[in-house]
Amino acid sequence: MTLDVAIRHEHPGFSLDAAFTAPTPGVTALFGPSGAGKSTIIAAIAGLLRADRARIVLDGADLSGLPPEKRRIGLVFQDGRLFPHMTVAANLRYGQRRAPPGPTRFEDVVEMLGIGALLARKPRNLSGGERQRVAIGRALLAQPRLLLMDEPLAALDAPRKAEILPFLARLRSEVRIPIVYVSHAMEEVAALADTLVLLEAGRVAAAGALVEIAARADLPLAARDDAAAVLAARIVAHEPARDLTRLDAGGAEILVRTVDRPVGSEVRVRVPAREVIVATERPNGLSLHNILAGTVRGLVPDPARRSVLVEIAAGGGALLAQITPDAVARLGLAPGRPALALFKSVAVQIL
Amino acid sequence: MDLTPEEWEAVRLSLAVATRAVTFGLPFAVLAAWLLARCRFPGRPLLDALVHLPLVLPPVVVGWLLLLTFGVRGPAGRVLHDWFGLRLVFTAEGAALACAVMSFPLMVRAIRLSLEGVDRGLEEAARTLGAGAFDRFATVTLPLMAPGILAGAVTAFAASLGEFGAVITFAANVPGETQTLPLAIYSALQTAGGEDVAARLSLVAIMLALAGLVLGDWIGRRLRP
Repeated sequence: MTLDVAIRHEHPGFSLDAAFTAPTPGVTALFGPSGAGKSTIIAAIAGLLRADRARIVLDGADLSGLPPEKRRIGLVFQDGRLFPHMTVAANLRYGQRRAPPGPTRFEDVVEMLGIGALLARKPRNLSGGERQRVAIGRALLAQPRLLLMDEPLAALDAPRKAEILPFLARLRSEVRIPIVYVSHAMEEVAALADTLVLLEAGRVAAAGALVEIAARADLPLAARDDAAAVLAARIVAHEPARDLTRLDAGGAEILVRTVDRPVGSEVRVRVPAREVIVATERPNGLSLHNILAGTVRGLVPDPARRSVLVEIAAGGGALLAQITPDAVARLGLAPGRPALALFKSVAVQIL
Repeated sequence: MDLTPEEWEAVRLSLAVATRAVTFGLPFAVLAAWLLARCRFPGRPLLDALVHLPLVLPPVVVGWLLLLTFGVRGPAGRVLHDWFGLRLVFTAEGAALACAVMSFPLMVRAIRLSLEGVDRGLEEAARTLGAGAFDRFATVTLPLMAPGILAGAVTAFAASLGEFGAVITFAANVPGETQTLPLAIYSALQTAGGEDVAARLSLVAIMLALAGLVLGDWIGRRLRP
């Protein structure tokens, strides 16, 4: 099943012509700098913006001709937009009252988002993080067939973001509603998305599975200071004696600091390009644990950072390494050559 | 403070006329505020000017225009009289109509201001949650406008209590029928030795105005989200 979106819209000074297809259910991230057209696409999918041309087909049903109130597409706004004159409970039930009976239950949503203690309060007495959780709950209870989230964490400071991210991860695994998530924070996207749609000045620069797109050195995504590859991995074993956890990523073993999740859990491993060392021979006497053997898939110069991004196919996906042009020359790196990707356990981010 | 039955009658009549004026004018004021704040149509500047006209015209002129329109021979007056047996001239209903017209701009201004202050993003949110146009208006827009509507109603009520020129022109000065507080005060001042009566009634007028302001402020604060 898929979500098909094709939108064309002309603003004065801005033209949007974007189309993508994403598998459902799953989380699709629209990622790109501000002004790339992310929010315009969201508004057009919800129907709040009348685009010049819009085609929104969800699992075979064409929603394009319906007014927003008939689309049953939930939308979590960046600023929450809770009704200030209603209590949290009344806000949560607003959409539920107007929706046909569905599988999402009030008690479950309240429990999942941890907002049970807030029900009698008015929105003005909530913190930013609490407000966003209520907004997410309100959208979910409207029994949407698609949930749109327009930078739901952008207005929050780092601690509040860290407070909500686990709820979003839970949402992703517990709710079987397809989600389109807009963000310009790579970390959120890496943690949540299955499919990544990369937007650049109103056009789709690339679209595909997150692990594929994140490791492409030729995309604008890699030309960022926080460029990082993402690998899908599974927890194989905990080694309490060494205080390490053993992961399997596409047949390759990765050791990280102990992860507080059960054996067998699926996790995502984010390896920043700056933290990866490239070698052609296996070194000895190093403190690092992870040496993944792979093949050089591509080399992309990044003159702005006086470096080269090396894409190494390994671990069931690919890793990115940011190294100097001199290192590329010394090692004689070229597409198709074998190479080793080295990185420390502490450099790995578990999502 | 002892008021004579006649003076009590003027007070009661004033309150009844002002209540009717506000009750009758309010729905139209909300509609006019909505049209002016939210809609773009060719006659909008004209409607805006028309709504504000009673604010800048001499009240006597408004009363006379009402007389022309709603008099027994006037175009609207004849229809009301022939079809519904309703006569507005020289009646309490007529006084209420005069007050409603005079206080209309005050009401529209307050309501329009509150409507413009309503975050349209909240209406969009309601829309994505499945609320149709009327539903959105009734459950989101109207409650958020409530303080403004109330402020407009209280101001209009106070202004109606004090309306003089339009009432005396259109509804005349009939004791027990159209003689509201200001008209009674005026009549008292025209009578030899009527200063005492005028002073008592003026005191009542001041107290009513103060009570209205305090009440409006209190309800307004309670309604604020």
